[in-house]
Amino acid sequence: MKKQNLFKTLTIGLTGAWLGVFVFLPTMMILIASFLERDETDFVRMSFSATSYARLIDPVYLNVFSHSLFMALVATVICLFLGYPFAYLMARTRPGLRHFLLLLVIIPFWTNSLIRTYAIRTLLAANGIVNQVLIHLKVIDAPLQILFTGGAVTAGLVYILFPFMVLPLFAVIEKIDVSLFEAASDLGAGRLQAFVRITVPLTMPGIIAGSLMVFLPALGMFYVSDLLGGAKDLLVGNFIRNQFLDARDWPFGAAASVAMMILMALMMVAYFISIRKIGKEQIG
Amino acid sequence: MKNVVKRFGDKLVLHGLSLEIYNGEFLTLLGPSGCGKTTILRLLAGFEDPDDGEISIDGRSVKKLPPNQRHVNMVFQSFALFPHMTAFNNVAFGLKMKKTPSDQIREQVMAALRMVRLEDLAERKPHQLSGGQQQRVALARAVVNRPKVLLLDECLNALDYKLRKDMEVELKQLQRRLGITFIFVTHDQEEALSMSDRVVVMREGAIEQVGTPRQVYETPINLYVARFVGEINIFDGIVTRRVDAANLAATVEGMPCAFKTDKSFNPGDRIKVLLRPEDLRITELKNGKPANGRLAGQVIERNYKGMTLDSVIILENGKKVQASEFFDEEDPSFDYAIGERVAVEWVPNWEVILPDEEAKSL
Repeated sequence: MKKQNLFKTLTIGLTGAWLGVFVFLPTMMILIASFLERDETDFVRMSFSATSYARLIDPVYLNVFSHSLFMALVATVICLFLGYPFAYLMARTRPGLRHFLLLLVIIPFWTNSLIRTYAIRTLLAANGIVNQVLIHLKVIDAPLQILFTGGAVTAGLVYILFPFMVLPLFAVIEKIDVSLFEAASDLGAGRLQAFVRITVPLTMPGIIAGSLMVFLPALGMFYVSDLLGGAKDLLVGNFIRNQFLDARDWPFGAAASVAMMILMALMMVAYFISIRKIGKEQIG
Repeated sequence: MKNVVKRFGDKLVLHGLSLEIYNGEFLTLLGPSGCGKTTILRLLAGFEDPDDGEISIDGRSVKKLPPNQRHVNMVFQSFALFPHMTAFNNVAFGLKMKKTPSDQIREQVMAALRMVRLEDLAERKPHQLSGGQQQRVALARAVVNRPKVLLLDECLNALDYKLRKDMEVELKQLQRRLGITFIFVTHDQEEALSMSDRVVVMREGAIEQVGTPRQVYETPINLYVARFVGEINIFDGIVTRRVDAANLAATVEGMPCAFKTDKSFNPGDRIKVLLRPEDLRITELKNGKPANGRLAGQVIERNYKGMTLDSVIILENGKKVQASEFFDEEDPSFDYAIGERVAVEWVPNWEVILPDEEAKSL
């Protein structure tokens, strides 16, 4: 009994301490820094001020935010439309093929996403493989400008975040009893009606979870924008990074971070509320 | 259904099966799991396509017709109720698909729910209903569409004994009232006998016997049907002599006896004599030797069943026999003690005589 209690205290204590030191403290530091003033030599000066937050409302920065939100939204929608059929196929196919497809989704995790972003860069470059193949096939005469466009950034985000859409969708689709689709068909529903009235409502938790798991990281992946967008299509992540590393304006970067966190927290709250609502309809 | 063949991969599930189903009858497909009875339902519903043969409903081939265009509805083994919809919306689903006006939907759905006595629970979700209630919603959801054929796939299995008995009666009444053809699948012979107009006994993708419950119970055409439908005692015998066209002399378990049968047997043929437990009579053994036409044995088990007294008797050659007798309150010597030696006889002409298939194949 006592030994178990000691083990419990130790594991929980260690985890708590870890989270405290490496998550809670830095977050609090960011929060505090966001209310301080900028200092050329020591990064921050110890005097309270809310000017960083006031500066965020500037249209220039609001533009960065809204553009980044838009890019994340586009990436999320594309991921959803590509990921849903893929997840559906994966959940409904025979087990052998299912494991193979699952492996395809998981393999990219074995390589760091930064490295993979560099790989995409070489694919899309002016003398990259995509352009060379297109020229070779005589589809185009001169290399297309693919790299350093908004499209390239979106493609990069979709590529890196695709598994985060597929996996939650796969998890919910796999659990749906096949006889429900048969019942719908038996009762006269065509494929489209069965999909709209049965499949979509039953997979809604997966759709929401997958969308959040794509949308939230898509706001912050600054290296994707750096490498593929040539820093033209700024994400919120780029903006924050620039404030800390280039402009050396820690309070302003911290304020942007806090604003970001609040936005994400709000979306998580919305997610849990919707899950609970759907859950209530289905279970409770 | 004509000559329907169905394979799953290289496994032959139905071997050229033909079956005619009459309009408005209650037909039960009875067989052990894996004999292909559910496959027949799925072929009729359109979830599976036959590899060969023809399926027609009302004289029209339905081979190319997808499930949503067949006037056939199914009650699934798992009920398959839509978990995100209320009982009302589950029942309304089929009507909505047919674009029925909403006031008619309301009326018909409530009528269907009233029929299964669930009108008060219309706004409940499936998980808020008990197993029996879910089963009735599934039934209402199928019946509300007025199908030509209603398919029921082992849908009473999930219910407890008492509820199952009630549902059996309700299903039977419902079928009479609606006049819809019911095709019911079960591996429970009691269910099959008590509900059906006709029973189809199946084995490994083929039909063994089709007949009324009484026919399959009282005159099974082979040992498989006899063993599968109800309890049975099987005695071994050898034909000794054909007396005339209707009478046969044989020895059964070493005892000479006479049978009435018009089946053709030759002297020396091995036969099986089938007797239900309720066909047997147990009598006291006088002078230690059984009278003519009786077999001697020893009572090894007796179970008081309320209405009947069921005994297991071991014959002198080691064969175990089950007997089930109604109480005779006039008879004080009715009860037997375990270990008591008794004589066993049967009511003449209640037996069924079959050729010994197992001996033939040797």
